[in-house]
Amino acid sequence: MHRIDQAFSKKGKLLSIYFSAGHPQLEDTLPILTALQKAGVDMVEIGLPFSDPLADGPTIQESATTALKNGMTTQKLFEQLQDVRKTIDVPLIIMGYFNPILQYGVEAFCKKCAEVGIDGLIIPDLPVAVYHEAYKDLFEQYGLYNMFLISPQTSEERIRFIDSVSKGFIYMVSSASVTGAQNSFGALQQAYFERIAALALKTPQIVGFGISNAATYSAATTHARGAIIGSAFIKFLEEKGIEEIPAFIDQIRGDKT
Amino acid sequence: MSYNVNEKGYYGDFGGAYIPEMLYPNVEELQKNYKSITASPDFKIEFDQLLKEYVGRPTPLYLAKRLSEKYNTKIYLKREDLCHTGAHKVNNTIGQILLAKRLGKNRIIAETGAGQHGVATATVCALMGIQCIVYMGAVDIKRQAPNVARMKMLGAEVRPAQSGSKTLKDATNEAIRDWINNPVDTHYIIGSVVGPHPYPDMVARFQSVISEEIQTQLLEKEGRKHPDHIVACVGGGSNAAGAYYHFLDQPNVNIIAVEAAGKGIDTGASAATSVLGREGIIHGSKTLLMQTPDGQITEPYSISAGLDYPGVGPMHAHLFRSGRAEFIAVTDDEAMTAGLEVSQLEGIIPAIETAHAFAILEQRKFKPEEVVVINLSGRGDKDLNTYIDYFKL
Repeated sequence: MHRIDQAFSKKGKLLSIYFSAGHPQLEDTLPILTALQKAGVDMVEIGLPFSDPLADGPTIQESATTALKNGMTTQKLFEQLQDVRKTIDVPLIIMGYFNPILQYGVEAFCKKCAEVGIDGLIIPDLPVAVYHEAYKDLFEQYGLYNMFLISPQTSEERIRFIDSVSKGFIYMVSSASVTGAQNSFGALQQAYFERIAALALKTPQIVGFGISNAATYSAATTHARGAIIGSAFIKFLEEKGIEEIPAFIDQIRGDKT
Repeated sequence: MSYNVNEKGYYGDFGGAYIPEMLYPNVEELQKNYKSITASPDFKIEFDQLLKEYVGRPTPLYLAKRLSEKYNTKIYLKREDLCHTGAHKVNNTIGQILLAKRLGKNRIIAETGAGQHGVATATVCALMGIQCIVYMGAVDIKRQAPNVARMKMLGAEVRPAQSGSKTLKDATNEAIRDWINNPVDTHYIIGSVVGPHPYPDMVARFQSVISEEIQTQLLEKEGRKHPDHIVACVGGGSNAAGAYYHFLDQPNVNIIAVEAAGKGIDTGASAATSVLGREGIIHGSKTLLMQTPDGQITEPYSISAGLDYPGVGPMHAHLFRSGRAEFIAVTDDEAMTAGLEVSQLEGIIPAIETAHAFAILEQRKFKPEEVVVINLSGRGDKDLNTYIDYFKL
């Protein structure tokens, strides 16, 4: 079974963590992954930094800028991940914008992902239609899942289409917003979570954008299978460091572990 | 081969809509409606009337006698500098504000580099009584204080883009993020032929009034509807797209695109995208752009704030790759010298962007009987400080 499907075959709510590779320090990638696995997260998204991250708020933008200043490159990330599967067995997803992947060469990128043990990709600015026309066969050849986003504005028709072509999970963007921590979710978001749950899609959904604490994690996972935390984790890393990661994860999970 | 956009939003290999899913409904709404709205009679009547009575169109096609004499050819200037607000940018903002109204939008956002597009957007928002927010790089806000003041006076809010290099590309990123955050009530008025489909085509269509008028005016003056050469400067490429539009598929018209070489192509301080760029994705469009080997977008340089964009519109990328257009790069020094020359030969102080187009006259020889139309995209008032510093006036 594909590692991502395995994660979803387990009971309970999934917690996935996003961080920007190369931030706070260039060589933090493996230590962060190790700490996250130890703390019991179910999945990790490794951010491939980009100079112009359109869908991201200030926290992730700044972490990407720092990572690039630190010298992070696509090549460097693959070097860091060369032996990652010797110690890490949680599903690993690379989340990055399309241009750096295009410059590396899409096939070369996929090949390298398969080689180091990456399970899937999230590429926010690669549209579903383009993926299907040009890249689907390639991704599948290398065993990579490509996950798509939906937002509160996505029409039901389009959600059904995305569901029909999805593998792994659907990434539900919590609100009409770029990434960034929110303290709570309002009635609009609750209604959106309920609306999506009622569609009974074949692909499980996890919620991302705006999840920062036990309250938002709990609200997001009441209907969806899991949630992704990015900005709040990055801020925490900057303030507290890698050693404190278990405390962060415990605090998010609260009584839901 | 067609040089215009196909039904999927591509110019050859370039174009498309590489946008996050969150923007899909907004962009789809535009894709579905822009042609029918702009083709409707009530839109056309209002657009034409505003261009005539508010912008001051048609702009003259002026035979530049002294310049023609000096370069021993027949040079006409398309006087977009005489448009209200001082540049061609307003042709597009008039079109887009009318479109936004018909889509029921009540909030407008825009990006701006030097401030010309910001001013043109603030102007039409004032005209229509619609809220206007302009994103501008924090660095540019400092460099272009008079245009910031103009936007404020017109009632717009100017928001500094603090991310990345704090210039035009970052202002564009911020505007796109704003649109993600405000997907329902907001229309994003992009100022150039860049961005996801349908923007490059939509902006080109609004600017195409330039080449439409050139055809009529040349017929009157020369007894034929087309020039031998059409010349325009290219940053993102909106004035060029408008000047070329009706000549794209006429092989007897030579298209000349002038890019900013900055301090020189090989100096690391340049904005000549056709030479220095590679295929990639910027602001939702596949095109030629300046980037590191790793695909990080780099910061271009030109003395002209309107030309220092790291990409070029997909139409222009296609014109370059297909060989349809001749691309010439002009340095800061060559452009500044040309700007001074046009001022003193014709009594017209051009914008520094436009001065780049004039600078090719020194390096590209034309035949005496040839008709060369140069698109005089903007006037130089906004650049006085740069001219003063450069020439120690």
